Amino acid sequence: MSITYLEAIREAQAKLLRDDDRVFIYGEDVGGTFGGAFKATKGLAKEFPGRVLNTPISEDAMVGAAIGAAMNGMRPIVEMQFADFSSTALNQILNNAGTHYWRTNVPVPITVRLPCGGTKGSGPFHSQSMESIYAHYPGLIVMTPATVEDAYTMLIEAVTIDDPVVYCEHKYLYYHLKADKLPTEEGLPTGQARIVREGRDLTIVAYSAMVHEALAVADELIREGFEIEVVDLRAVKPLDTETVLASVARTGRLLCVGESFPWGGATAEVISRVTSEGFHFLDAAPQRINAKDTPIPYHPNLWAAHRPNAKIIAEKARGLLRE
Amino acid sequence: MLQTAPRRKKSTASKAAPHERFLEAFRWMLLARTLEDKLVSLYRGGLITGGVYVGRGQEAVSVACGLFLQEGDIFAPLIRDQAGRSAFGEPLVDVTRTYLGSRQGPMRGRDGNIHRGRPRDNQLAMISHLGAMVSVTVGALLAKRFKREKNFVGLSCIGEGGMQTGSFHEGMNLAAVEQVPLVVVATNNHYAYSTPNDREFACHDLVDRAIGYGFEGYTVDGTDLTNCLDVIGSAVKRARAGRPPQLVVASTLRLSGHGEHDNASYVTDEMKGQPFARDCLKAAEQTIVDLNLVDAETLREWREEATAQVDQAISTAQKEAAPEADEEDWCAISMRALVDKIE
Repeated sequence: MSITYLEAIREAQAKLLRDDDRVFIYGEDVGGTFGGAFKATKGLAKEFPGRVLNTPISEDAMVGAAIGAAMNGMRPIVEMQFADFSSTALNQILNNAGTHYWRTNVPVPITVRLPCGGTKGSGPFHSQSMESIYAHYPGLIVMTPATVEDAYTMLIEAVTIDDPVVYCEHKYLYYHLKADKLPTEEGLPTGQARIVREGRDLTIVAYSAMVHEALAVADELIREGFEIEVVDLRAVKPLDTETVLASVARTGRLLCVGESFPWGGATAEVISRVTSEGFHFLDAAPQRINAKDTPIPYHPNLWAAHRPNAKIIAEKARGLLRE
Repeated sequence: MLQTAPRRKKSTASKAAPHERFLEAFRWMLLARTLEDKLVSLYRGGLITGGVYVGRGQEAVSVACGLFLQEGDIFAPLIRDQAGRSAFGEPLVDVTRTYLGSRQGPMRGRDGNIHRGRPRDNQLAMISHLGAMVSVTVGALLAKRFKREKNFVGLSCIGEGGMQTGSFHEGMNLAAVEQVPLVVVATNNHYAYSTPNDREFACHDLVDRAIGYGFEGYTVDGTDLTNCLDVIGSAVKRARAGRPPQLVVASTLRLSGHGEHDNASYVTDEMKGQPFARDCLKAAEQTIVDLNLVDAETLREWREEATAQVDQAISTAQKEAAPEADEEDWCAISMRALVDKIE
């Protein structure tokens, strides 16, 4: 018996619907007998009649409606079919949900699920990672779970949080990542990073799918005599600077890996914070790896080189370790 | 004295004799005009920071939007809806506190002018991005349906400018798909800031869009209070009775600039001579005089009362402290444990 990252997301939603009358799911193709483009809501419309609702192709209105419902006591979960399409809802997410508590003192407890990250053959409009854009704006929590357990507990936590949450779920992990069973206890609180592997030579900070690339690199470099510490941020906002700083204090070296575009973003934020608050811990200039500064290519040959992978990360890590 | 808050349990407007309803509406319009004229002079005197946006010429449409709503209904006013906001139950002091930057206002200095609201009291706080509040109103109505509330409606205001946004289109379509009890009142004041209708849309009549959305559509002369009360009142009644969503398109002329920084030099004389350029407040007063609904003395008293209420709301706000930057918590989320500790 095993459960995938995707099934964990479905199970978390089933639990939320079961336990909390305020929860409903709103999105394209989530309802009926279809259960979503990735089947993250499979069977839920039948199990919870009237609470898992298909919407028109109207990302702006989906989120707008969720905002209106949330300020009237509901806990909506909006599924974006692909993270990429949330760009047409940016106004509602950033300017309406993100400003609402600050302006009116009334929080907007919506959860927006973003199937993100690249899978080969998906091209420029079905592959994006948008956590850095959402983290840039005030008023939002941005979760980036990397494990089956976190996918489950963090989605449940997202819906209980009174503020808007952008929940970035990685499409590559949907089927590739499995656990023996669902967690029975609450996970770490949001805003707390996890050290997934201890090491003394180099800290690799990653989140979402890149955690697994970092772990592969750690496995590879141990054979060369290097111990890599891997920190899974779990959420890019709030960002657990303390855990990262403490790790860098032990290792003296920092490499930060993210899958979104290279200009600015979560990796730059981590390096900025470590440099200004922990400069004295650093034995070498901190480095980062992101996707390339082009749209995401379609062909697998190009796609594989566009996003960070274990090979690219290992090369960069070796360079840092030699310094 | 007009009671400005809280919202009455049942709308008296729908049951009142037509002339009583007309007179109540007129008094809200008068109050809004008095308030906004005063805000304009404060702005010109340098006492208001940011902009002042008034509903001059649109009070008849606006008041009808607020007047037929009752407790539990959702109101999403827009930039030119002072009359409707007051009729719905917004205290005058909310307006003056927001414009004058009192820390005691609903926005506490964090937002200004017409970007105000009390979502807990069903007055939604508009954002500047037009069309966005339609789907928010739909969502508020969905929540009420989920909670099995009964007999509620939502009313969302828009202009012909905002009608051209994608967000508006998505919101309208979603309202019809969800069959929520929504009334959308669109006021064509003939200018989107400075842009005239012929660069805004090319359809024969904006109300024709109703059928495309699956709404029931009606037009109204926005300068005629009686017509506004009849048409918008009926639309609210139909929505409440479970008819499909309702679109009302009103025609009027904005008798001001976009904001008070704008002298509206682009409004042509030809436009000012059109029937829709008539001042709805003056027209309503003329009706009162022609039909002898109240005497001149009463009209004078109402005017004085409105001035006194406005003066009081302004002096209250002016006495209150402004927000201080070092007392602000600078926190955009409600859950303090999840604040990102950024230096």
